[in-house]
Amino acid sequence: MMEISQFLIKMLSLPGLSGYEAPIRDLLMETWRPLTDDLNISRLGSLHALHRGAGLDSRPCLLISAHMDAIGLMVTGIVNEFLRITEIGGVDDRILPGQRVVVHGRRDLPGVVVKPPDFLLPPGKGGQTVAREYLLVDVGLLPAEVNQVVRLGDLVSFGQEPFELSGEALAGHSLDNRASVAALTVCLQELQHLKHQWDVWLVATTQEEETLGGAFTSPFEIQPDIVIAVDVTFAKGPGVNEHTAYPLGKGNTLGWGPNIHPALFHTFKDLAERLEIPYSMEAMPRHSGTDAYAMQVVAGGAPSMVVGIPLRYMHTPVEMVSLKDIQRAGRILAEFIARLEPDFLNKITWEDH
Amino acid sequence: MKNLIKKLVESIGPSGYESDVRRLVQEEITDFADELRTDAMGSLIARKGTKKGNGMRIMLSAHLDEIGLVASHIDEKGFIRFSTLGGVYPRNCPGGRVRFMSGVEGVIGVERLESSEHNITIEHLYIDVGAANREDCPVKIGEVAAFHRPMLDLGNRIAAKSIDDRIGVAILIETLRQIKESPHELYFVFSVQEEVGLRGAGTAAYALDPELGLAVDVTLTGDTPKGPKMEVSLGKGPAIKIRDGRMLSDPRLIQHLVQAAQNAGLPYQLEILEGGTTDASAIQISRAGVPAGCISVPCRYVHSPSEMVDYNDVQNAVKLLVNVLSNPIQLDKSAA
Amino acid sequence: MTGQSQDGSQLLKTDADQINLLEKLSNACAVSGDEGEVRTIVLEALKSARAEVRVDALGNVLAVCKAAGENPLRVLLTAHMDEIGFMLTDKEDGGLFRFDLVGGIDARYLPGKPVWVGKNRVPGVIGAKPIHLTTQDERKKTISLDNLRIDLGPAGSELAKVGDRAAFATAFQQAGPSLMGKALDDRLGVAALIELVRHAPAHIELQAAFTVQEEVGARGARVAAYTLNPDVAFAIDSTPAHDLPGWDETENAHYNSRLGGGPAIYIADSGTISDPRLVQFLVQTAEKHHLPYQFRQPGAGGTDASQIHKQRQGIPSVSVSTPGRYAHTPVMIARLEDWQNTLALLQAALQAISPDILTTSR
Repeated sequence: MMEISQFLIKMLSLPGLSGYEAPIRDLLMETWRPLTDDLNISRLGSLHALHRGAGLDSRPCLLISAHMDAIGLMVTGIVNEFLRITEIGGVDDRILPGQRVVVHGRRDLPGVVVKPPDFLLPPGKGGQTVAREYLLVDVGLLPAEVNQVVRLGDLVSFGQEPFELSGEALAGHSLDNRASVAALTVCLQELQHLKHQWDVWLVATTQEEETLGGAFTSPFEIQPDIVIAVDVTFAKGPGVNEHTAYPLGKGNTLGWGPNIHPALFHTFKDLAERLEIPYSMEAMPRHSGTDAYAMQVVAGGAPSMVVGIPLRYMHTPVEMVSLKDIQRAGRILAEFIARLEPDFLNKITWEDH
Repeated sequence: MKNLIKKLVESIGPSGYESDVRRLVQEEITDFADELRTDAMGSLIARKGTKKGNGMRIMLSAHLDEIGLVASHIDEKGFIRFSTLGGVYPRNCPGGRVRFMSGVEGVIGVERLESSEHNITIEHLYIDVGAANREDCPVKIGEVAAFHRPMLDLGNRIAAKSIDDRIGVAILIETLRQIKESPHELYFVFSVQEEVGLRGAGTAAYALDPELGLAVDVTLTGDTPKGPKMEVSLGKGPAIKIRDGRMLSDPRLIQHLVQAAQNAGLPYQLEILEGGTTDASAIQISRAGVPAGCISVPCRYVHSPSEMVDYNDVQNAVKLLVNVLSNPIQLDKSAA
Repeated sequence: MTGQSQDGSQLLKTDADQINLLEKLSNACAVSGDEGEVRTIVLEALKSARAEVRVDALGNVLAVCKAAGENPLRVLLTAHMDEIGFMLTDKEDGGLFRFDLVGGIDARYLPGKPVWVGKNRVPGVIGAKPIHLTTQDERKKTISLDNLRIDLGPAGSELAKVGDRAAFATAFQQAGPSLMGKALDDRLGVAALIELVRHAPAHIELQAAFTVQEEVGARGARVAAYTLNPDVAFAIDSTPAHDLPGWDETENAHYNSRLGGGPAIYIADSGTISDPRLVQFLVQTAEKHHLPYQFRQPGAGGTDASQIHKQRQGIPSVSVSTPGRYAHTPVMIARLEDWQNTLALLQAALQAISPDILTTSR
């Protein structure tokens, strides 16, 4: 069985910005193919992988999604040898100065995001956060070469290499949401030696960070009876000690709110307790901020659930996640699948919770 | 084509009230469409051709509607207070002229502001139709109006209200007229209610279930004094959208459009728009997803009563569309 | 830069050798007051040189190459080994540490960066609050040091202690004509000075000081200059290249220095007014050898020369810098060619310098 941290590191070294997920998708296809019965790609680029159930001919079907797209930057202009940029997926301008990046031009170029000195900014803009429109990327090349290799719309990934930290933690960019993709992979590995009745579609969705495009469309094609989104959530840490954040490495979160079917929450909660997998209830009073928001309402709708993996420093290149929490998420999903009765749907209601 | 544009921009069609413009378009394309219908929302859908060989079912969309005003209160002295349909900027309003669907015309006035730094909001504005009092006012609450002014022909450039998106409508009409042979089943959708949330395009896409979606709309430019930092200019060709505020264009389609423009020797620009979006974003997430993109006409002063485009960009947009739609479209998988 | 030096040691033959040395130096961590890692590299590199080498009371590496003749001109060259960085100041639970800055760092460069902590280079990160949990107003404000932590991971508490230093964790790399890495200020100077010691000309007494604590007040250079008591001094440093476009693309009149413009010769900065005879001498040398050079724009800033020229009875001093963009941030960018030309200019200057230079009055 593959070491999940090594697989994660491999994933983190591949680009796959929202709308441009092909490189990460290719790796997933290669990794998932031997573990699944069928693979296909949606019109918007999401990867659909089927692990067939052992039940009757008309098997109900479960869809578990984790978005594979990553946040990053995009070239909006070229000034001399410098590049102007915008962001994809939600990046705080304040983390950008000094950030190493890879510019995906006609060939990949290493570069760094730079903050011009205050005197080169508009009057009165010095000493404060420098807005993205004034930041530049320097790739170290001369203007002629830059203009040959780079053009408007080229994608820019973060250049931070992933690295392991104490306490079975991993840091890097794109752990949101490759950590969850890893959890789906753990689930698939577990399914190799578990019997299950339902068909299981594992879906690596696209464009979550921008439009939820994958999550709005894949369920339309698959027509699942239940949908589960696996995504990262806020871990407690510096600057984040709100009651809405969860300890790193101390288990998964189980979502609760309008985007979640209460019976599914309770099924997962009971399961976690029985298996002694630590968890926290994550209150999601409005938009869950995950694929579940979209998947719940596709076509005729489906009962939905969110499983969360706590992560520090979300949307920075030094996101931090606990490998234990990834293993736990994969395991609880697999155990849930193994226990799904063919008539599960008939037994659940929104009431009595 | 200028006459067509003039007719289109000088008609009135705020979101939800597109009937006049729709009628106009219908007259222009009846002879060129294989099938013509108006859907439940009011979008006009024209089919041309059927799928042949490796052709695709393609939805093209340009929106009929424009931003507008809706009367919300008539005061004792006959002044009309209003709210907006779509993104009307209060700062573009004072001194403007408007025309209600009923034909009544009026001017927009503004209350005296407390200081010159005060931002004008919609609450400061009113329409004066020359009424002496409430009873005399020919406009009732709920009546809709749009900016009203004639088109300005500046030679290479054209300025008018509702260039967003009548210019797209004109481009689609012209494209429909010019296309002779196509392997594709083409649906020209003249959509409604784009300015209030892409509502017509979303429902039309669901109905048509296209394999490819392409919107034709305007985009902002960065070529005006202290304008936004944006690499799009008037006159440098139609813009192929890479992204906007709510959509990442399908990279395979971007590549195809760029290639087609280059092969045909047509000028083009690449567009990255930081805010705003088009019908294409609604098409993209319809049903199981649709590869989608947009051809944009660079436009200055968008959502003002004097939007300006370059006539060459318009003609080149038609040429690019006719070229793309007359030939097979191969979406290169490796580009996704 | 090839050939045989007078003591028989081989001059650097290829760019690859130079790059290897620069890479090793850039990746080494030596925050002011904790320069051991670079000192070890320097001492190792000087083993093959004919210099007498010692380490003084502050940790400066002093290397002296005696002259062949009597009463030679004593020429001091300095390059500082230290870099800007951090010191851990408080331990919190779960592998988190408060920290303070060592040297001039703009705190706006810190959020979302990796660091190496302590002698064992424990990896850590300086994180930032998720954008999802911030307000638009909040994002306009800079993140203060008080709100930043170095995070060594859940089990990190025992891996470091208060007082440990940390440096930006940036691996050196090449990008076309450019070098990208941390601490190129002043590892470019250190690398150049190593080369100059290895190939010291015989007619002068070449005194090399690889100094400590430049970033916190040129404190190493001060004692080194006192100890070595030279006739003239050259500080070899890296100076910022602010040669970026302005926000409205109007002419940038305050670039300080430019990448690709060759070694930057100082006329004056806030610490030193260079000895005009030495400035003139460097310019003539550059022109004679057709080497590119530029004047560093007079203005704020300082080098080791700021302390050296004030020692004892006064020491005629000048600074020569390789231009580098984004000094004191996680990643600097410099041009290999600028560094090579800086080295070539200094090499030529040392070959040509004679006591005559001091006979005319300043």
